[in-house]
Amino acid sequence: MCLAIPAKVVSIQGNVAKVDFGGGIIREVDVSLVDVKPDDYVLVHAGYAIQVLSKEEAEETLRLWSEILEAGEKLERNDLR
Amino acid sequence: MFEHLKFRDPKLAKRVVEKIHEVAPKRDTVKICHVCGTHEWTITHYGLRSLLPQNVEVIAGPGCPVCITPASEIDEAVQLALKGVVVTCFGDVLRVPGSEKSLLDAKAEGADVRVVYSALDAVKMAEKEPDKEFTFFAIGFETTAPSTALEILKMPPKNLSFLVSHRLIPPAMELLLGIGDLHIDGFIAPGHVSTIIGLKPYEIFPKAYRMPTVVAGFEPLDVLFAIYMVLKQIKDNTARLENEYVRAVSWEGNAKAQELMHKAFQTVDGEWRGLGKLPSSAFKLREEHRTFDAREKFGVKISRGRDLLPGCQCHLVMIGKIEPTECPLFMKACTPQKPMGACMVSAEGTCSIWAKAINTTENRIA
Repeated sequence: MCLAIPAKVVSIQGNVAKVDFGGGIIREVDVSLVDVKPDDYVLVHAGYAIQVLSKEEAEETLRLWSEILEAGEKLERNDLR
Repeated sequence: MFEHLKFRDPKLAKRVVEKIHEVAPKRDTVKICHVCGTHEWTITHYGLRSLLPQNVEVIAGPGCPVCITPASEIDEAVQLALKGVVVTCFGDVLRVPGSEKSLLDAKAEGADVRVVYSALDAVKMAEKEPDKEFTFFAIGFETTAPSTALEILKMPPKNLSFLVSHRLIPPAMELLLGIGDLHIDGFIAPGHVSTIIGLKPYEIFPKAYRMPTVVAGFEPLDVLFAIYMVLKQIKDNTARLENEYVRAVSWEGNAKAQELMHKAFQTVDGEWRGLGKLPSSAFKLREEHRTFDAREKFGVKISRGRDLLPGCQCHLVMIGKIEPTECPLFMKACTPQKPMGACMVSAEGTCSIWAKAINTTENRIA
């Protein structure tokens, strides 16, 4: 039940925002719990946006993942020497 | 969204799996516990267990809020419904067994029970029909509790009350560590609960229990990386709190949501289905909001509930002590179509997830 689905904020009116879940699914959700502006990505849980997703951090995650994998490989190469 | 970022890149997955095999201990069994129904879904749906070394076990803790709601609180909702109050609840809750009846049984007897998508739907319904009494059955962990708090603090219509049954995740994780024969070696902490509470409440696990703890997201790669991060800590003989889900979880969490929860609720001891009473693990409406408390408003009183039917092993499945397939009722007397235990009811229950995965596999073979 802690399922939360990412969506893009299309427009905001007061505490209610129209968000796009992709694939043509647009719904109104409550955004009282977060500070958002149009084009932000939010995590939506049971009709409420609970957190703003950071695109920079998402890119950073992938960079870190590659780093973890590569760091391991570099270390091993060094070990072999 | 972020599709171009390839959170499901099979090549990357292959490399993480290789890494997992490299850092995993060669002989000793390692048990990693997650506490989230959505993590269990990702792990089972994508077959992640089959990618791990034989001695690395991933077990599911009490991470399904519907499953852990005790029968006594379902009984309270049933009692309210039979008294003529319109009970609004999330769809998952409808079939969860109480001591004698589920809310669906009450509905079949003529009670007005309605499924809602959010607390706000309950508010709208109550506003639309001011001559009827409504209750919102507020179930869920820290992810869901802020929305209930918000609606209570926004002063809902007078004919709407709240049956608050929210539970908190960190106390449940502590319970698992107290179970002597469970032998957990690391935690994967639930990402969406953490978007609200942040990282801080998990600090105790590495500090006091020397338990590697990684907060993880819900893409298959998120979970694989979290498993790798826990195993790496075990290999390095260290215990740290790490955040794999940086794109959604910060150290301090959602301060606005925390403030709302604090204003609306106080923390009290709470019953968990089949697990007994856990200290400081539940929310109760604060004194100043008691006019919205359905229990007080309608004098609901249930002293004891029957959490488990004879033979049902939900309490052991919920703490990861046994796998669903070890329960004698699994897919025999207890199926998703005719569930006997709460873990088979909810879409996030371990038994339900396993049952559906088995069905899918069989279908594919056929």
